[in-house]
Amino acid sequence: MTPTGTTEQLKAGLDAPICLTWELTYACNLGCIHCLSSSGRRDRRELSTAEAERVLDELAALKVFYVNIGGGEPTIRSDFWALVQYAVDHGIGVKFSTNGSRIDAAAARRLTAMDYVDVQISIDGADAATNDAVRGVGSFETAGTAMDHLYGAGFEGFKISVVMTRHNIGQLDALEVLAARYRAQLRLTRLRPSGRGADTWSALHPTHDQQVELYRWLRHRPEVLTGDSFFHLSALGEPLPGLNLCGAGRVVCLIDPVGDVYACPFVLHDDFRAGSVRDQGGFTHLWRRSELFTELRRPQSAGACASCGQYDACGGGCMAAKFFTGLPLDGPDPECVKGHGTALLVRSPPRPSPGIDHSRRTAVAFPGRR
Amino acid sequence: MALRPEPFGALAYHYDNRRLNFLRSPDLVRLIETLDRYPSARAAFEACAIADHRWPSFERALEALATSEFLVAQ
Repeated sequence: MTPTGTTEQLKAGLDAPICLTWELTYACNLGCIHCLSSSGRRDRRELSTAEAERVLDELAALKVFYVNIGGGEPTIRSDFWALVQYAVDHGIGVKFSTNGSRIDAAAARRLTAMDYVDVQISIDGADAATNDAVRGVGSFETAGTAMDHLYGAGFEGFKISVVMTRHNIGQLDALEVLAARYRAQLRLTRLRPSGRGADTWSALHPTHDQQVELYRWLRHRPEVLTGDSFFHLSALGEPLPGLNLCGAGRVVCLIDPVGDVYACPFVLHDDFRAGSVRDQGGFTHLWRRSELFTELRRPQSAGACASCGQYDACGGGCMAAKFFTGLPLDGPDPECVKGHGTALLVRSPPRPSPGIDHSRRTAVAFPGRR
Repeated sequence: MALRPEPFGALAYHYDNRRLNFLRSPDLVRLIETLDRYPSARAAFEACAIADHRWPSFERALEALATSEFLVAQ
């Protein structure tokens, strides 16, 4: 557990983010029904190679230790490898998320030879049926082939990243076995009602009993990575490992493909956009001086959660989850384990507009609001 | 390992095991930056003019850093 003093320091913000998510492109060959960034089509305003390198120069000057690169499918960018190399050459570690479609044997060998580069293969189930229902037909096989290549190249400890849904929580043990078979590390993250997930969240998010099951499973496996996703579960008892706080604008943020900077990797919405790396002062100014980030670092009101004895454990949960389900930000998380969120959700509060959308118009056949 | 100055001291990051550590005092940061010049931690404490009563807490901090492989015995 993190000492309280550290938590307070983190809440007040750092001079630079600890970990920064950078979505390199909105282009994607898949159309996952829970995509946080509603990706599919490239945006013609996306940062050029030179602009991306300037951002990396800034991050190097800020001593950002590593970036989480995602998308879209980041490897689709023709300068993907050059940018990864540029980052590493400037002392910035890279962890990138991919659906695996471009990780062939040569790419796997190349990755294995690079220091400070980590790969995260996304699957959302331990078998093709469960995974493909969310990520599209054939995507499990594609990911499996990529993992075979990484394993074959001797890349030990790559990450297998799984978004937890009500259809795969029952597969936790199977996922653990799968990761062990590849000598990979399992990483579980929380489903957010962001992007296309706004439309699919109510059908996919874990039930209360499943949340309890997940909490117990994770408590026995401190080695399983979670990206601090599940701090709302800490209200069930002993806290899970990690910082256990909402890091938005305090320790994390997101740069989107067109250079817009958002406080939270899960809220690509105007309300949480601080500005653009193309603005005067660049990323550094936004991180240190923008109104939005300054506001997020002020002490937050517990609001409706003030009377709950668990507030110190869960901090009211995830801002993104509240925002996109239409719940007040100073109240309970929609998946509050004490049931306070469910009580509010049954009233169907009006939800915000979904935010930016680059979905391909044909690929995603999930009934939605758009 | 990389050190990044912060208002409270510094953040230390280990690129290999990807662990993050909080160095919660500017004196501790100064000490760690110069540690490898001295034969022992205590010699470094003296050279950095760390007050005697703070030694136990600094020793604990160094032990924690060694446990998470931030510091390696030479």
